[in-house]
Amino acid sequence: MRRFILIAVPYLWLVALFLVPFLIVLKISLSDIALSIPPYTPQLDWTAGWAGFKDFLGQLDFENFTFLTQDPLYWRAYVSSLQIALISTVLTLLVGYPIAYAMAQAPDEWRPTLLLLVILPFWTSFLIRVYSWIGILSNEGFLNQFLLWTGVISTPLTILNTNTAVYIGIVYTYLPFMILPIYSALEKMDGSLLEAAEDLGCSRLSAFWLVTIPLSKAGIIAGCFLVFIPALGEFVIPSLLGGSDTLMIGKVLWEEFFSNRDWPVASAVAVILLLILVVPIVLFQRNEQKQREMDQ
Amino acid sequence: MAQTVFAPWDDPQAKPLIQFKNVTKRFGDFTAIENLTQDIYEREFFSLLGPSGCGKTTLMRMLAGFENVTEGQILIAGQDMAHVPPNKRAVNMMFQSYALFPHLSVWENIAFGLKREGKPKDEIAARVEEMLRLTRLVKFAKRKPHQISGGQRQRVALARSLAKAPKLLLLDEPLGALDKKLRQDTQFELMDIQEKTGTTFVIVTHDQEEAMTVSSRVAVMDEGRIIQVATPAQIYEAPNSVYVADFIGDVNIINGVATKAEDGYLITWAEGQAPFMAKTPNLFADGQTCHLAIRPEKVAISAERPADAVNAVEGQIIDIAYLGNISTYHVKLVNGQMIKAQAANTRRLSRRTFTWEDRVWLSWTDTAAVMLER
Ligand SMILES: Nc1ncnc2c1ncn2[C@@H]1O[C@H](COP(=O)(O)OP(=O)(O)O)[C@@H](O)[C@H]1O
Ligand SMILES: [Mg+2]
Repeated sequence: MRRFILIAVPYLWLVALFLVPFLIVLKISLSDIALSIPPYTPQLDWTAGWAGFKDFLGQLDFENFTFLTQDPLYWRAYVSSLQIALISTVLTLLVGYPIAYAMAQAPDEWRPTLLLLVILPFWTSFLIRVYSWIGILSNEGFLNQFLLWTGVISTPLTILNTNTAVYIGIVYTYLPFMILPIYSALEKMDGSLLEAAEDLGCSRLSAFWLVTIPLSKAGIIAGCFLVFIPALGEFVIPSLLGGSDTLMIGKVLWEEFFSNRDWPVASAVAVILLLILVVPIVLFQRNEQKQREMDQ
Repeated sequence: MAQTVFAPWDDPQAKPLIQFKNVTKRFGDFTAIENLTQDIYEREFFSLLGPSGCGKTTLMRMLAGFENVTEGQILIAGQDMAHVPPNKRAVNMMFQSYALFPHLSVWENIAFGLKREGKPKDEIAARVEEMLRLTRLVKFAKRKPHQISGGQRQRVALARSLAKAPKLLLLDEPLGALDKKLRQDTQFELMDIQEKTGTTFVIVTHDQEEAMTVSSRVAVMDEGRIIQVATPAQIYEAPNSVYVADFIGDVNIINGVATKAEDGYLITWAEGQAPFMAKTPNLFADGQTCHLAIRPEKVAISAERPADAVNAVEGQIIDIAYLGNISTYHVKLVNGQMIKAQAANTRRLSRRTFTWEDRVWLSWTDTAAVMLER
């Protein structure tokens, strides 16, 4: 009985917080738009009994999904989101790995402080932090003022409202998710492995490629997924920092819901997004599983 | 075994492979190695013996190039090693923690060093197979380090360090995790490898039996210094201090005061007891305190006082340790000192001559005991 409860609790959690909301969204995505509250039809009529239920099912269709394939806006938004998420993930890795490496090399007594510094930004609102980038990146922003002052440039750079600003925003926001798993992999690493590699004829650099990188692979993979997955559906950063040509599926989703009030199409967009995300999430879980087996 | 004695350290013409010249190593203000000077010759099997923390690993790490020398110089084949990085030294080390690459299979671990040399593939494969056979790991070639036992990991580490056939091989407690049978086999394997390859071995061990079996010379260390370096037989028969005598094998230590006699010394060790007689090449002043070190197997045990014994003393058996082929008798002398005497068990246990509480005589010759100053 106790075991049953222990197993049942996480499943109940999953059913209540994931499966039920998903089924609701799925149902809406199969419905039609209507001028009512809520703004879609059909609604299940509980009083009509079995016949009513059959009638209800009969009215559901894949029309919205067909619509998504017809308007190129949608698949372009998906592709563009994937592209932006992918590039941002690579950029975050390039910035995050050296930071994580330096942290793992730092003296023991420094590490808690460094970890704290990485986590510190989470203590302020995400929205405020993204807003402050507007102040930094805009034409009259700190960055341009500084560059003009040093004389590196003579006319202000247009960064805000471009994809560059979106990349900066995503890298900045998700950097800790990249640093932490890589750091934890590097910190676990036994220093004598590098000595053994050098002993066997490796230079410092080749020891890094042949030992350090492979041994932090699990951390790199985990970090990349932790950045890629939320970046794919990111909405706040492209709306605040991106321009009119920044096409991301999160933004499309928001507009369908709140500007067009087309809940069924918005739901269809969300369902497809989820299906796209299932692949990296499953891969991520597999990576974690493999790592746990290695650690034993 | 009729062969010329291997003793390059006695040959003034011989060139040492490794030279420590007044080497001091400090970690902060802690001195791990103190002003150490020592030569090690080619083809030697040089053992470092000493308690934990005495600096054995540090010495190895300086040879491999992982620690800088604070003062002094280390020369390998006449070349100063001060600025030679580990990957440029013809030295391989087997790490005490094994340091196997967890992401590589046993096979790839062993091949790691060979691949860095850029050898052809089939040559590498042949060499790895040879190492796998030598260390009896053929069946485990595809496994990862976390999928094999501690003893097997140790053998992988050994195979990996042997694979490159280095000029100098450093083994930090290489056989600790092996069971006795496998350890002995591996010891002979090591000696065999050394015969074949002419590799010089420096080996750290906790197991003195191992040190005695395999070594050309043994260095006994304490607190960053080498106390004595000698062949296993010399270390055992002629230790230069109580510390060394005590560290290697079982020993009885009797403290006393020396007086010069005609061809040796008389050692007064207890009031009202006849002094012991000992011969030594060392010089002692009259009245100088000294320590007699006597190995248990050199002490004879008998019911009556042997007529011709130079040193004989009466005591009572307190304890008997039966070890199969031999027994160790713990005998208490009149002044309370315990002496261990070993006797071969040539008779069946039930017909043993002595038992607990028996009064017996212990005797030894005047050359059996070593007279030590400290
Ligand atoms: N990197 C280091 N920093 C500070 N002290 C060290 C370091 N390495 C070794 N020591 C100290 O040097 C002494 C000798 O260590 P080690 O050579 O490992 O001893 P052994 O191998 O004989 O057990 C020990 O007291 C150890 O604490
Ligand atoms: Mg050690």
